[in-house]
Amino acid sequence: MKILSSWLREYIPGLTATDRQLADDLTLRGIAVEGVFDLGANGPLFEMDITTNRVDAMNHYGIAREAAIIYGLKLVPLSASLNELSSRAEAERSEAAVEGPAFPVNIEEPTLCGRFTARVLRNVKIQPSTGIVAERFRLLEQKPISNAVDATNYCTLAIGQPTHVFDLDKLVGGIIVRRARKGEKLRTLDGIERTLDPEDLVVADEKRPHGIAGVMGGWDSMITAETKNVLIEAAWFDTITVRLSSKRHLLHTDASHRFERGADFNAPPVASALVSRILLEAGGHQAGPLTDVLISEAEARTAKRPAIAFSLGEVKRILGPTEDPEGITAATAETILTGLGCALAKDGHGSSPHKPGPAPSLDPSRAVSIESAEMSTSDSQSYNVTLPSWRLDLEREIDLVEEIARVYGYNRFRNTLPAFAGAVVELPHAEKESSVRRTLLALGWTEAISSTFCAAADAALFAPQPNSAVPMGNPLSEEAGMLRPSLLPGMLSMLALNLNRDVEDAALFEMGTVFGGGPERVDERPALAIGAAGHALTESDVTFYDVKGTIEELLGEFSSRSFYFDNLQLPAWLHPGRSARATLDGATVAWFGQLHPAEAERRKLKQTVLVGEIYLDRLYKQKLRQPVVRELSRFQPVRRDFSLLFPNSTTWAAIEDKLRALDIPELRSFAPKEILRDAKSIPAGHFSLLLGVVFQSQERTLREEELQQFSRAIIAVMESIGGKLRV
Amino acid sequence: MSEHVSEQVLGDIPHLSGYSEAELDQAFAAISREVEASSAALSTSEAVEAFRLQWLGRKQGRLKAISDAWLKSAPVEAKKLIGQRFNTLKAEIEQRLERAGTSTGTSALDAEALASEKIDITLPGTRRRLGAEHPLIKTQNELLAIFARMGYSVSIGPEVETDYYNFESLNFPPGHPARDTQDTLVIANQDRKPLRDRLLMRTHTSPVQIRTMEQQPPPLRIVIPGKVHRNDAADATHSPMFHQLEGLCVDTNITFADLKGTLDHAMKELYGSSDRTRFFPSFFPFTEPSADVQISCPFCGGSGCRKCKHSGWIELLGCGMVDPSVFEFVRLKQPAYDPKKISGFAFGMGIDRITMMKYGITDISLMFSGDLRFLEQFA
Repeated sequence: MKILSSWLREYIPGLTATDRQLADDLTLRGIAVEGVFDLGANGPLFEMDITTNRVDAMNHYGIAREAAIIYGLKLVPLSASLNELSSRAEAERSEAAVEGPAFPVNIEEPTLCGRFTARVLRNVKIQPSTGIVAERFRLLEQKPISNAVDATNYCTLAIGQPTHVFDLDKLVGGIIVRRARKGEKLRTLDGIERTLDPEDLVVADEKRPHGIAGVMGGWDSMITAETKNVLIEAAWFDTITVRLSSKRHLLHTDASHRFERGADFNAPPVASALVSRILLEAGGHQAGPLTDVLISEAEARTAKRPAIAFSLGEVKRILGPTEDPEGITAATAETILTGLGCALAKDGHGSSPHKPGPAPSLDPSRAVSIESAEMSTSDSQSYNVTLPSWRLDLEREIDLVEEIARVYGYNRFRNTLPAFAGAVVELPHAEKESSVRRTLLALGWTEAISSTFCAAADAALFAPQPNSAVPMGNPLSEEAGMLRPSLLPGMLSMLALNLNRDVEDAALFEMGTVFGGGPERVDERPALAIGAAGHALTESDVTFYDVKGTIEELLGEFSSRSFYFDNLQLPAWLHPGRSARATLDGATVAWFGQLHPAEAERRKLKQTVLVGEIYLDRLYKQKLRQPVVRELSRFQPVRRDFSLLFPNSTTWAAIEDKLRALDIPELRSFAPKEILRDAKSIPAGHFSLLLGVVFQSQERTLREEELQQFSRAIIAVMESIGGKLRV
Repeated sequence: MSEHVSEQVLGDIPHLSGYSEAELDQAFAAISREVEASSAALSTSEAVEAFRLQWLGRKQGRLKAISDAWLKSAPVEAKKLIGQRFNTLKAEIEQRLERAGTSTGTSALDAEALASEKIDITLPGTRRRLGAEHPLIKTQNELLAIFARMGYSVSIGPEVETDYYNFESLNFPPGHPARDTQDTLVIANQDRKPLRDRLLMRTHTSPVQIRTMEQQPPPLRIVIPGKVHRNDAADATHSPMFHQLEGLCVDTNITFADLKGTLDHAMKELYGSSDRTRFFPSFFPFTEPSADVQISCPFCGGSGCRKCKHSGWIELLGCGMVDPSVFEFVRLKQPAYDPKKISGFAFGMGIDRITMMKYGITDISLMFSGDLRFLEQFA
């Protein structure tokens, strides 16, 4: 929002602070000046960022009011009279003296429209704005339209009260504020013909609607060059109705922005006068007195809402110590609240609270302030506080505590540290998560983070259970239509991005949340995806065994030893011959292997890509492995190699099972040292295996006969599964 | 005791005139001169070896012969004095050997052989490719460690939330304009549910405040890291997906001054003890009073630079005292949160933004691209 410093200063004649100082002081009180732009002789323009709760400060007068509080200065009161300089009493007298009947206004929805003022001006002259209005519009880069429309916009900029001007001659009969009828149509000022909703509040004449209340006026009764007579509307509408209509019609206007945040119930007469004064400068006169229909229930909710209790003790309890050892005294609190337009009544000792005075108006000179002689110095002083009509955001004691902190200055409070006797508790899986991450990093995998969403086709392909993907109601894009049921769509996109940019060696992992269930209930699980291509892990192309090695390392970090690998029921995205499932304690914990060539082709991945998904929720059910040291043997280990020939159908798992079943305690370890297939020396359909075995005893040096006995046993079980010792 | 000293000269064992310290020193000085003389020409490795054998040889070594002879006849009280002097002498001989060894090399042949094995030590070392931790995770862990030292445990919560936890219980009533500031991504097919049960992507980590308070009575100190989503257009500094770190402290007598002190301390831990903070009034529906926090620019120290737009300050946090209405919502399940008896503060910061500042990342989308050319820089 743009604010002219010169316009602010018009409302605070006593202001001597420099523009820079003013900008800083406002910002420190939460009326943020984001930028100061020099307009030369016209003084600077402030670019403001007003928080959504401070609709009262979204105009020049409101910001001037804040400045007046900061510097303890008087604010120029606003006039509700057509003669700006006349007193209130004079204004009322002159209003009554206007001849003619009052314009009829009927509020059919008193809960939605709390106040409606209507003023008729006749023989006005519609022309371009001149003088100060034209000048300020130019500086603020506000588009001028005509003196009538500009007057309403000027009023919004000045005091924040939206108003509307109708071409009176286009209206049939009086104004009726009512709900729209089903199917009723209205062409709004933006030229769009809209079908109204029965929930919309409209400002209508006897025949048809002429505006969506608090949002936008109608085309047919707009001001044109031919307009002679006008009706000025200045009203107060309920926040919710304006907000809903604005959303319903996708119409966010200056008016709706203010009404839906809570306008000042007392402002309409002042706004009506301001608009009229500007319009009458070009000629014309008021016909009939101002119509002011005021719903007292609405007034009781706003301008005359009940006083609230406030105590200095709460200020100290919530805010704490200040740099100034004296702290926030009763006098300080009273000055701040009174400056804001509150009226304070001391809550006596046991006596009934003093009845608060009348609600203060937009004019702070009318705010009831208490005599300084009554000011208390007690820490626990309590008050009944009547709230200003323009601050509907103030409702509770804490709101006043905040105001005191805000105006006093946040940076005048001390920096203290609270004492604490509790303990720091780790998340149950924190250690496991960091252990998994550490292992992956050490093995050369780089961590990545990808989108939470994926395309529907990917969701269908990668979901662990069919039909368990969750669609988004307002997706960011078609490719992000679903919550990801797996990290693999993201992983494959990231791998593709790298491979397409000539980064041929890639080993990535992501740890993140995956989603299942459906619109009724969404389940979230932690998952891990890995994906690799090229020479990322070793000096040759990444293979199934590189990925399996990583999976084995990860599973090996956990206490359970009962994991195994098989290739049953492989998912469709994996190469059926080069992929596996890892099972831990009977539950699937990982799928991994080569991406299915068809899937790779669909994604235009020319390179062999290895991927895997690990279900961390299942892995985390295990404890982390706690190393228990095995005593080191003092005796020499003996290494023996066996060169064996096996038919291709024999798997390492079968060999391993047989060796373990031997149950020789001295058989310390065994491993495949070399496997040869398709060599000249090897019969077709067979492979040769060089099996390396280490024997060692904890108690003594092994004797040659024992070693021979072990060897014979090994050869025997190898033969039992088709093995043949090569000579 | 000199009468026991043998006058006999054993081969070329030098004569020892007596066992007083002066006499011993004199005798040892003579041997030392002899060592010096015999070490004059140690120019070849053969000469060095001969010298070594002459003096330190295990069987015929002269030092051993002399020490055996002298110690054998020495009175008990002199043995220690003699022993000490032999040790000094031995060290002197070894030193000479060492010096001779380094100056001659071992042999001309050895030196040549070693020269032929010379390598170019300026070639790059063999490096195993290391995995790189994601910069966001690095920053997050750094922040969690800072708050752990201040007594804050970690809490986490779901990324898909209900309207109640994401908005209503945080004092965003239905239809409130404050909801507009957090454009929400919603799960499909929620229209038939009551508003409070409708599912959406959480727009902030604050719902975890409510969830944690419902589970645990005060006192409470937690930090909440997590992923959040908003229906925002992406640009260099905005992404529909980003990461927050939220903090919450509730106890009796927690004040705004405590909030200030806590964040000031945490920022000093993060950016160094010379960092300063300042607080500005702001608005969040779930805190009151609410504040924005600026830190003195860590790049220029506050003197003004491009990174802080020459203001010397960078806005980094939002915070405030927990609004009593939030406690009222929590009280429905956990009665201990009586806003008349307890108070608390909450704060939140963007992990992405802190990470970008720290590493000079100018485009947030790089962090979510998986682009190794970017990620590998963090290895």
